[in-house]
Amino acid sequence: MYAQLIKSEGMKSREEMSQEEIAFQERVDRGEKIEPKEWMPEGYRKTLIRQIGQHAHSEIVGQLPEGNWITRAPTLERKAILLAKVQDEAGHGLYLYSAAETLGVSRDELLEKLHSGEMKYSSIFNYPTLNWADMGAVGWLVDGAAIMNQVPLQRTSYGPYSRAMIRICKEESFHQRQGYAVMMKMAFGTPEQKEMAQDALNRFWFPALMMFGPSDKDSVHSAQSMAWKIKINTNDELRQKFVNETVPQAEYLGLTIPDENLVWNEEKQGYDFSEPDWSEFFEVIKGNGPCNRERLGARVKAWTDGAWFRDGLSAYAEKAAARRAAIVAAE
Amino acid sequence: MSKKEWPLWEIFIRGQHGLNHRHVGSLHAPDAEMAINHARDVYTRRKEGVSIWVVPSVQITASSPSEKGPLFDPAESKTYRHPTFFDIPEEVGKM
Repeated sequence: MYAQLIKSEGMKSREEMSQEEIAFQERVDRGEKIEPKEWMPEGYRKTLIRQIGQHAHSEIVGQLPEGNWITRAPTLERKAILLAKVQDEAGHGLYLYSAAETLGVSRDELLEKLHSGEMKYSSIFNYPTLNWADMGAVGWLVDGAAIMNQVPLQRTSYGPYSRAMIRICKEESFHQRQGYAVMMKMAFGTPEQKEMAQDALNRFWFPALMMFGPSDKDSVHSAQSMAWKIKINTNDELRQKFVNETVPQAEYLGLTIPDENLVWNEEKQGYDFSEPDWSEFFEVIKGNGPCNRERLGARVKAWTDGAWFRDGLSAYAEKAAARRAAIVAAE
Repeated sequence: MSKKEWPLWEIFIRGQHGLNHRHVGSLHAPDAEMAINHARDVYTRRKEGVSIWVVPSVQITASSPSEKGPLFDPAESKTYRHPTFFDIPEEVGKM
């Protein structure tokens, strides 16, 4: 779940809809995919750009907390695996930027909006990764939470977004499993290692729950997005599903979920659990999380420092094209 | 600030020997050679291909969604183009 608090255009009743809008909604209801050049309501287009863009930004910024540990991985194998995972995140960002571009916005425009703070990325990446156990917790919990949201999004109504999600989901399962494998190694290791694993779980549990966005009762934009099938499940549904699946995984590791209120509820066939501290969530979204400045700063620096290189390649391409044209002209 | 955006390329991958190249997505690159390099990294990290084509996106001419009816509807009534249209008696054997 890499998109949170996506503002969607107001919901229209059927009487307020134009003929085109009704026909569009009927296509979505029938489960047809909407493709780039086809007619779509302006609100649908704008909401998708916001959502896919934020999702793409999250993939790219999400490389930073893990990139932090590549050079300090405990073994060469772990290093190669983490490197492959972080490279995947770059790929996921690119698939998503491409999907957003089919809606009439360019990748550079989206990046500019990220850099200026106009567009957001998932709150989770504003938390620090303090030690190697955090690589386990991030893969297990953060990628685990992302999968919860991304699997249903494979059925989203917008063709390019759906295809990007299908590709991403194929790769994401590797991410979660490699994280869990790190957790197993730590949890079944020395007492100190187990303590590190528990500490990582303690720090990432509530931020992971926040990834699903605010509670349904405070989630103002869901109805329209769900009608358009660019949101498939509500925030609370997905959060509940995540908790239900994760608790037994923690039990297997012999680790304790840091929530005293966590208890199995036979009636609803799911766990009761504490809500995260939503005031913390909104502070992080506003830019006041532990690592907001560092993360965005690193992105802006990478983009600015790379400008000469991008320009150099463009200049080379232009010169080479001119040379080819001259040869053709001379023949 | 960078002067200009790299152009967009459409990427086609041949998944296995004997199959067609298939459109898999797009990416930005300064020229064709770099587009192939990027396509290798973005679209074939898990042995998804044995060959890559890259085409500048601006070079693609697409049919317009509004032409869908005139282009594709005529085929709808021509069910005789399919072998199952014809009933062949069982005595004739496999055909």
